[in-house]
Amino acid sequence: MSTTITGPTTLRITVSVNGTQRQAEVEPRLLLVHLLRDSFGLTGTHVGCDTSQCGACVVNLDGQTVKSCTVLAVQADGATVTTIEGMARDGKLHPVQEGFWAKHGLQCGFCTPGMILSAAALLEKNPDPSEDEIEHAIEGNFCRCTGYHNIVRSVQHAAELMRRDA
Amino acid sequence: MFPSSFAYHRPASVEEAVALIGANPDAKVLAGGHSLIPAMKLRLAMPEALIDLNRIDALRGISVNGEVTIGAMTTYAQLLDDAGLGGRFTVIHDAADHVGDVQVRARGTLGGSIAHADPASDFTAVILALGARVTAIGPEGERTIEADDLFVDLFTTALRPDELLTRITIPAVAGTVVTAYAKHAHPASGYPVVGIAAMLTMEGSTVSAARIAVTGATSKATRLTAAETALTGQAADAAVIDRAAAAAEGLEINGDAYASEEYRRHLVSVLTGRVIRQAIARAT
Ligand SMILES: Cc1cc2nc3c(=O)[nH]c(=O)nc-3n(C[C@H](O)[C@H](O)[C@H](O)COP(=O)(O)OP(=O)(O)OC[C@H]3O[C@@H](n4cnc5c(N)ncnc54)[C@H](O)[C@@H]3O)c2cc1C
Ligand code: FES
Ligand code: FES
Repeated sequence: MSTTITGPTTLRITVSVNGTQRQAEVEPRLLLVHLLRDSFGLTGTHVGCDTSQCGACVVNLDGQTVKSCTVLAVQADGATVTTIEGMARDGKLHPVQEGFWAKHGLQCGFCTPGMILSAAALLEKNPDPSEDEIEHAIEGNFCRCTGYHNIVRSVQHAAELMRRDA
Repeated sequence: MFPSSFAYHRPASVEEAVALIGANPDAKVLAGGHSLIPAMKLRLAMPEALIDLNRIDALRGISVNGEVTIGAMTTYAQLLDDAGLGGRFTVIHDAADHVGDVQVRARGTLGGSIAHADPASDFTAVILALGARVTAIGPEGERTIEADDLFVDLFTTALRPDELLTRITIPAVAGTVVTAYAKHAHPASGYPVVGIAAMLTMEGSTVSAARIAVTGATSKATRLTAAETALTGQAADAAVIDRAAAAAEGLEINGDAYASEEYRRHLVSVLTGRVIRQAIARAT
């Protein structure tokens, strides 16, 4: 099906966010990150650089992590999105969140939501990544505090937890 | 930062997309959006309309059958996940694995990268080395353009404004063919300061044919014909490879705040030697 909307007119979109179908009336120029933060109130997804570099805005879109400051909200029409708010289930932290908790993978926490989404996507594909593979997988996520060392340890710890529970 | 307002079209077929492009001269097509959306946020681009290609399934996919055909909307991530692109196509994985980061590779497309013709993009050099051709469709129908004729200048290709790039074809080549790509990545952006791609045909230890291309150093991706000539017909020993690497330097090279002209010239030579050695090592 093709779709056209013009000028300041808006389009009604439906997005599955963290397991819930949500609708919004959006202008084509609205970015996915603003749909999540401003329309849906999910402020765990951050805006850092706003120039596609830092990864503070990373969310999972249909199984892949993306920088939500560089995707239009209309492009997520019909898609499935997971944000940091959707990682814990039934009051239990996601193993990657556990890992960051246990190994001090954060200081200010600004980069953490994006970092966790990227790490979880890596572990989905590769349950036992090497240090190099972890570094390669979080290349798009900048951290100004930790020096990355504890982040790598957090991801390794999460991998262990996930393998144990598998 | 927000893009300025635009109309949004989401065609379901190539035909529809071509008709929309014809009817909207101030529109731009949206592929992975990882060059276009940042430019729109900075208001460096203010198209009146976007024609989003992401729902056109016919533009995605890879088929390997002697020659390789890659749909324009195929992402870097899809290139990396395709096990069929081994052997003489290893250069594609070499390059795709180091474009930007995971998130850029999830969205960015081969067709978008080529059509954009950023002087510092990785795949412009890769498709030159592979001797690829692209297919474009416009109001007058389809035509093919050889990679050698495609790159015209900074951000400028031989594609006409009303043409859509639909696929990239890498022709079959006989014999033992090896490839490699290496770049010196900008430490902040990851873009190639200099990137070199090579495709060599080997007869024993002799290089019977060579295609070598550079990106990052020049205003458009360019063949390193002097290096190719220095290799062709030679037994690829250390002296010959050094000669080819030295020959690669004879180019009009751009400098900037990060890498001076002199430094880039040095990188062109070092990386040319490295890529030739890497490719040859894959022949054995
Ligand atoms: C943080 C970051 C890091 C990056 N690092 C690198 C890197 O290391 N190496 C590298 O090579 N690139 C890099 N890029 C650029 C990335 O590869 C882009 O995705 C690519 O240059 C453009 O592809 P796209 O699919 O995103 O195209 P878009 O941004 O959607 O489009 C780019 C331009 O091409 C036109 N276009 C797109 N598709 C077609 C088509 N089929 N026919 C005709 N015109 C078309 C559009 O109208 C637009 O003008 C990086 C980008 C970012 C944001
Ligand atoms: S805010 Fe999106 S990459 Fe920095
Ligand atoms: S913890 Fe502060 S930016 Fe990463």
